Amino acid sequence: METAIEVRDLTKNYGEITAVNHINFKVRKGEIFGFLGPNGAGKTTTIRILTGVIRPDDGTATIMGYNILKESLKAKQTISVVPEMANAYIDLTAWQNIMLIGELYGVKKGRQEKANHLLKEFQLYERRNHLARGFSKGMKQKLILCMALLTEPQVLFLDEPTGGLDVESARLIRDIVRQYNRDGTTVFLSTHNMEEANKLCDRIAIINYGRIAAIDSPENLRMESSSLKSVEASFDKSVSASELSKVLHVTQAKKIGDKVRLYTDEPHSVIDSLIDYARSKNLTIVSLNTLAPTLEDVFIKLIKEHRGD
Amino acid sequence: MWKSVISEQMRRAFAVAKKDLRIYYKSAPVLIFGLILPFFLFLAFFIGRNMPMERLFTGLMAMAIFFSAMSIGPAIVPFEARSRNLERLVSAPVAVWALLLGDVIASFLYGFFISVVPLAIGLAYGVEILHPVILFSGMVLAAFCFASFGILLSAYPPTDVPSTVMMVSNLVKFPLVFISGVFIPIWEMQDWGRVVASISPLTYFTDLVNYCTHKSSYYSVFVDFAALIGFTLLFLIAAIKIHERTLPERLS
Repeated sequence: METAIEVRDLTKNYGEITAVNHINFKVRKGEIFGFLGPNGAGKTTTIRILTGVIRPDDGTATIMGYNILKESLKAKQTISVVPEMANAYIDLTAWQNIMLIGELYGVKKGRQEKANHLLKEFQLYERRNHLARGFSKGMKQKLILCMALLTEPQVLFLDEPTGGLDVESARLIRDIVRQYNRDGTTVFLSTHNMEEANKLCDRIAIINYGRIAAIDSPENLRMESSSLKSVEASFDKSVSASELSKVLHVTQAKKIGDKVRLYTDEPHSVIDSLIDYARSKNLTIVSLNTLAPTLEDVFIKLIKEHRGD
Repeated sequence: MWKSVISEQMRRAFAVAKKDLRIYYKSAPVLIFGLILPFFLFLAFFIGRNMPMERLFTGLMAMAIFFSAMSIGPAIVPFEARSRNLERLVSAPVAVWALLLGDVIASFLYGFFISVVPLAIGLAYGVEILHPVILFSGMVLAAFCFASFGILLSAYPPTDVPSTVMMVSNLVKFPLVFISGVFIPIWEMQDWGRVVASISPLTYFTDLVNYCTHKSSYYSVFVDFAALIGFTLLFLIAAIKIHERTLPERLS
């Protein structure tokens, strides 16, 4: 599989704080690569280094084969960025903002047609001659995406692209990102949104305290966290979680509404034990479900392990 | 190969300049420090002093081109650092020199076209331009020189607070106006005054305007042009070098 981004030993310090600490990873061409981590984990710093905004203190990276330090203009020509905070020029119209990006990236062929198409796709066509100053957060974010996609980038960096947006706008953006990815664009997506990462990403890297905690597909990450498998049950009478935590093979029990969630490595054995328990206490089982860990569960577990909790 | 890279970067520099002119020509710092302040400074020093029109014209031309060409430049980088637009520009495939050259071109065009206004006023009041080609060339060169100076002044400190840069810029600009033969002709200065005047680029433009309107100047036209070219190169190279060093700090 060809590599779109290769990061080698990348490090960035801000005074005594190491924001990115000797990280290594590869992003394959054509994949959507998720970059997850809590606030201050080093996600945005990594993106800012890869997009040439700041220089690393150590290590390097290549984008589409171009070294970001030695061939920065060539590397930048292959990418587009949608930063965390929308940064269109508010004193220019949507159209002028898009044309400016076209000129800065040397887009000559069919620039106006592409711009019109993108504005229609993102439902901004009617507002194309309005100053971006009057745009809502969602409209500004869509405009930034229009600007980013005009250049037909080989690698698209998205830093929290749907943060704070309404459901409809967020879905539109996700759909368009998927569509461009199907057409061959590699996507590097930094997000807090586990659901978004789960739905969009082929692989995910989890970063914490500037270090990579795990890299794998969302499904593999979930499956590898076997201790996060659980059985959820509800009974016709109230049962305390502490009592159920004593059931065989249960590692932890939590009361969630009228249900009890029992964490275990062996869900099938727990089901047998629960049935025996219900019989012995003369309880009726109202509902019983086995649950795979969510990506959020895996994320929290990895972050805690990494922190040494 | 290099030719095509440079010509492509030049096109991108012009795109930056077009953007700057669209956004900044009517911004408050540009209007205040580029037009209103020098206009009142001119009124304060020249009105009621019974000076010949040629002297008034020299002062008006010098102040107009100096203040207007230096008004956009210092504001752009801190403004754009604060609004995060600079981050977008830096992540685009545009070399730092091309970004700065774009800012210089915008400031140059603004300064040059603003200085056409006092030129027109002077002509309307009967000022005779004895060497129009030299005056035009001097205006072009001086506007480019002062525009480069403006960009240099925004290089340090690497702040995202426009008022800090404007303060530093004014701290440099005002003393230069007083030592550059705008209010007192160079030939009327004492020896030490002439030495001090020689370190200001504005001195050479003032001298050129004098040459084009009075038939007399302190330096030769060759020296005036050579000095303006020298200052332009110095300001431009220093601006690019210092901005390249301070940009990461400004964006951190």
